Order: sequence, then structure tokens, then C-alpha cells
Amino acid sequence: MRAIRWRQMTNRRNIMLMLAALTFLAAAPAVDAYAQTVQIGWLSQPIKRTLPLSYLDQPPEDEGIQGAHLAITDNATTGHFTGQSFELAERVIPEDGDVAAAFRDLAAKGTRLVVTDLPAPDLLSVASLPEAASVTIFDTAAPDDRLRGEDCRANLLHLLPSRAMLADALVQYLVAKRWPDILLVIGHSEGDSELAGDIRHAAQKFQAHIVKEKPWTFVPGARRTDTGHFAIQAEVARFTQGISYDVLIVADEEDEFGDELLYRTFDPRPVAGTQGLVPSSWARPHEQWGATQLQDRFLHQAKRWMTDRDYAAWMAVRAIGEAATRTKSTDPAAISTFLRGDRFELAAYKGARLSFRSWDGQLRQPVLLADAHSLVSVSPQPGFLHQFSELDTLGIDKPETKCRMG
Amino acid sequence: MSNGISCARWCAAVLAFACMAVPTAAADTVYVSNEKDNTITVVDGASLEPVKTIPVGQRPRGIVLSKDEKSLYICASDSDHIEVLDLAADKVVRTLPSGADPEYFALDPTGKLLYIANEDDNLVTIVDIDRGAVVTEIPVGVEPEGMGISPDGQYLVNTSETTNMAHVIDTAKREIVANILVDSRPRRAVWTADGAQFWVSAEIGGTVSVVDAAKHEIVKRITFAVSGVPTEAIQPVGIAITHDRKLAFVALGPANRVAVIDAQSYEVKRYLLVGQRVWSLAFNPDQSRLYTTNGVSNDITVIDVGSLKPIKSVPVGQSPWGVVSRP
Repeated sequence: MRAIRWRQMTNRRNIMLMLAALTFLAAAPAVDAYAQTVQIGWLSQPIKRTLPLSYLDQPPEDEGIQGAHLAITDNATTGHFTGQSFELAERVIPEDGDVAAAFRDLAAKGTRLVVTDLPAPDLLSVASLPEAASVTIFDTAAPDDRLRGEDCRANLLHLLPSRAMLADALVQYLVAKRWPDILLVIGHSEGDSELAGDIRHAAQKFQAHIVKEKPWTFVPGARRTDTGHFAIQAEVARFTQGISYDVLIVADEEDEFGDELLYRTFDPRPVAGTQGLVPSSWARPHEQWGATQLQDRFLHQAKRWMTDRDYAAWMAVRAIGEAATRTKSTDPAAISTFLRGDRFELAAYKGARLSFRSWDGQLRQPVLLADAHSLVSVSPQPGFLHQFSELDTLGIDKPETKCRMG
Repeated sequence: MSNGISCARWCAAVLAFACMAVPTAAADTVYVSNEKDNTITVVDGASLEPVKTIPVGQRPRGIVLSKDEKSLYICASDSDHIEVLDLAADKVVRTLPSGADPEYFALDPTGKLLYIANEDDNLVTIVDIDRGAVVTEIPVGVEPEGMGISPDGQYLVNTSETTNMAHVIDTAKREIVANILVDSRPRRAVWTADGAQFWVSAEIGGTVSVVDAAKHEIVKRITFAVSGVPTEAIQPVGIAITHDRKLAFVALGPANRVAVIDAQSYEVKRYLLVGQRVWSLAFNPDQSRLYTTNGVSNDITVIDVGSLKPIKSVPVGQSPWGVVSRP
């Protein structure tokens, strides 16, 4: 019901935008309507995710695309002054649908800028299509390091921080706090293993110390039982007993157990990682550098909080808008070239100029460190220096990249 | 070692003398809006001590004196209105409509109209002060922020933070007549007293654009570099230009510096170390002093314009935002 009403509103807004565009065209008859429109494709495949441990924060069904919608509106406001308009061609593919076919369809219609919300395997298969050679793909969902490393592609730009950047951001903070000794608890997913590897790498880089690593194997059975907390409490205490450490870092991207480590360890120790103190691109408590305004606009539009995937999609579409404004062009090739160049800078409510790394297409950006209700810190931490940009102390730097773009 | 001590004594003596030797600067009163405290701090310009804290509406940010300098208009952002603070009674005596989330505003030279930036609605709202009513709204770019009115009142410059433009609005026609693309996240637009230029700071771009007001063209893009400060920390916000257009001052945010610029050659002459996250700037009436609000260190820095030296920090409330001085 709500979805339908929303669509009606969108249509009404589209009509208003068209009217505005027509008025503009009437005033300036020399302008070619098509030449002034930036075509942006949206390609996503909502995947039924495992339910998180907590019922309180269920994954929204419209994650990502809401951020893209908001950025289209923001771009349109600017476009009103520059005579440019922005269109989002949306392809939301069902779980058993054909992502590659949808991509080909977008490419056949002339779309050369495509924002994707796809996991790494699907993203790679799409990026490797012959039709993708002349398309710039904006990845807003996959944090996998390999997409910025051995599996990188020249036509990919990554808006979310890689897992390596998240790990570096967290470990920098722990080192700045002088909490260097880490107990690393690792879940069973591939992402968890990669994140654990990144924490190891970060510990080495910033001189923290992993005192012990433990896989989490305890399966409590039914998640909701009347007396479930007794078993979990005993298990976590047993699991963490006899280890001398400052901070427990947990790698549990699927939210299967991480929340149950807090307050239950044998010694009183903070929990960080995928739960507890979480490094992320965007966080609900963030309100600095004008972030309140983006949070408010998003809440007003989507009737829910912005997630980091919404934020990534917003950044992707805003980056395209910014490039169109600066180049005074709607040509996708000109926009892509500008985005990858030195003059591109994106203001994205994190107090820094964001730009794309030339060696792997990763957006350089500060990483927020927050729990559910407060922003704790923002990395890079003061004192972690870099010859070019301190933002490049997070993640894989140019000398160590495994990315070889053809 | 003894040299050092005697120098310290000597310097202190010179500084004390310098302070005593500034007779004109002492007579003003300084008002500072504290964004987090919901208060206005009153600082005595003679003693440079805080003398009073006045409770006002939610999240006070932009402040401006009325034309007769008897009232202070306050953007109470989270209360969604403008408050009128009577400076004789030190009490809020009236509220004015403002549109949603007023952040910053400008008073037209006749003192009758306020031009208000509504950050959440992409609008500039014009309010008639005597009638206490909204006259009209003008649609602008995303997140309107800076508001600068030309000395003759003919043009208003509004900056929009996400659209990255300075919009020039003809105040008679109430229409946008030019849009000037500047660097990322433009914050303030400040006119020179002769009306020939306006200067626009870009917080994320890290620059100040000097715009020819007649041609609507950028004549100079001023950049900044402070040794030992990462370029990302250089975030220009507040601008103050002397009446004779000899000097301009730019607050550089988390770089904790105020840049001093030769306003004729646009050369940055020096950087003055002030409090943390320096944001807004205001001269005292005779422009012998400059006040800065320092949002993180919760104080204001007093700069002596003649010697270009910070002379004192005065503690105020939490997250000081705006500052004005009156005789």
C-alpha cells in the first residue's frame, strides 16, 4: 500500500520535473532535450538475507535504491540551474532473475553509467561482459578486497570502503587509544575470513597485537528460547576465559552471534568489529559536517534511517551529478574521465574531499566508528601520516596494490 | 637560559603595554551564539570577560544586529523561527517566522527585511520584520547556507552547500539573475564595502572564490597551505573584509588558523593560530579587533587587527557558532 502511494508520488514528481524541464526548454529553444539528460542505470538484486540476531533492525527491502532516489532529487535541484536533468533507469532483478540480461538491456538502450547493488560474484560477471567495456559501473554494495585487488576491473568504481579500510580504521583507533592487544573472534562466512585477514594486516601495519584468534562455533539452537540467555552467557564467559587482551574484535557480517558477545566476556572488555564499536561508511548517530541535513532529507523521503548502502548509492549518483555540473556535460565518457581525474572532489558530509584512487577505483573517504547511538570517532586518526593524503592510510595503498588494470 | 627569561618578561611587558595602548577597542559588547547550549554569551569588550549568559531557543546559529543595534536577531534552527533579543532587557521579546531550519540570514540595509536560508527546504525566505510575516520564498539549490547582501541592498548572494553554487538574487525582482559555480560546500558569501566584489568560502573545496559582482565572474580562487596541517583540515568558512578592502580574514575550521589575506593582491600574508575549529568572524565597530568563534575549544579568540596578533581567548558556551559586536 505504502509502496503504491510512494510510486504515485514519484510519478507526480516526475511530471513536475518534466513540466519544469519543458518550461526551461520553452525559454531556451536551442537546447536539445536529450543532450541535456544524464542517463543513469540502477541494477540490483535483493537477496533474501538471513535474519539478524536482533529483531530490532530488520534489513529494509529498498536498501540502496532509496539513496539513489535522494541523489537524483539533489542533482535535479542543481540541474534546474544548469539545464541538466538526471534519469534513473531502474532494474531490480528478482532472486531467480537474469542480472546479465538486465545489464545488456541497459547498455543496449545507451546507458553508460550504471550503479549496482550486487554481491561480488554477480558484479564481476556483469563487469566482464563485452557490453560493459564502455560502461562505468558504480559498486555500492560489495566491500570485498579482491574487487580492488587481484579481481579489479578498469570499469569499476567502488563507493563503500573495502574491508581492508574498515579494519585499518578500527585498528588505528585502538592503537591511538593504546588498546593494542586484540582477541579476534571469527564467524563462518567468507566475508568474516576476509575481514579477519584484514584485521591481521592492520595489526601488523599499525603495531597492534593479536593475542589469540578463535573461530565461533557455538550453535545455540533456537534463537528465541525462554531461558536462552543463561546458555549464551556461560558460553561466552568460557570462550573468553584465560586470555589477556584489551579488546575483542568480532568478524560476524551476518549478525549471527556478535551482539551476544557484549557484556558477557569473562573479563570486562569492549567489543568492536562487526558489532559493538563498528567501523562503517555511514552510521545513524552521525550528525557532523552537515550530516544532519542528509539524515533528515533521507528520513523524510524513505521513512527510515539511511544505511551505508543507501549512502553509497547516494554518493554514486551525486558523484555523477557533480561531474556533470563541473564538466558542463552530460556525456558519460566526459563524466567518467572527470570522476577519475585530479579535479574531482565530492563533499559527502564527512568533513573531507572524497575522490577515487587511481590504482583501484576505490573512493577514498573517512570511516566512522560508532555504536548504535553515538559516534565515537572518525578515522584516519590524527598522527597517522601519509605523503599524499591521510585518507590513504586506510586500505590498500598504491605501492602494495595487487590491481593490474589492463 | 637567563636570556629566555628576560625575553619572556620583556615580551610580557610589551604585550601589556600594547593592550593598554588600544583605547578605541574597549567600548564594544560582543554577542556569541552557542549552538549546543541554546544560549547567547555576552562578552564585555573592555575587560574581555564573559559577563552574562542568556537562554534562547533551540540550536542558535546565525545572529545579526538590528539596524538600530538595539536588538539581536537569532536563527533558532531547531525551534524553526527567528528570535528577537532585546539588548536592553537581555530577553527574547518576540519571534519571527522563518521557514524550516533557519541557519543563517542577512538583514537588508534598510533594516526592514530579513533574508533567511532554510537548509532543509532549498529555499530563501524573505521576512518583513515589522509585520512579522513571510513576504515570499525563493527556490535555490540544495542546502542553502551563506547569505550576503550587497551594501546597496540590490543583490543578495546565497550559497547552496550541495549544489556548490553562489546564487545572485535581484532583491527588487526577487529572482535569481546568476548562478556561479564555486568549489565544494560553499559556506559564506561576504561583500566588499564598495560593492564591487563578493567572496565565497568553500569548506570542502578548501578555497575562497573572489567574484566580480558586476560580471558575475570568479576573478581569483585563493588557496591555503599551512605547514604541518593536512590539506583536508583546511576548511574555510567565515570571511571578514576591512572597509578599505586592504585586508581579508578567513577562518580555516579544523586547521585552527585564521588566514590573513592582502585583499588587493589576494596573497595570503600569514596564518594566525586561534582556537579549535574556528568558524565565524566579526570585527568590532572600528575594525581594530576581530573576534573568532572556536566551535571545539568553546571559546572566542580576540585578534588585534593592527598587529595581526591573537591577544586573548575568552571562554563562552558550548559550540560557539555566530558572533557580532556592537558599540
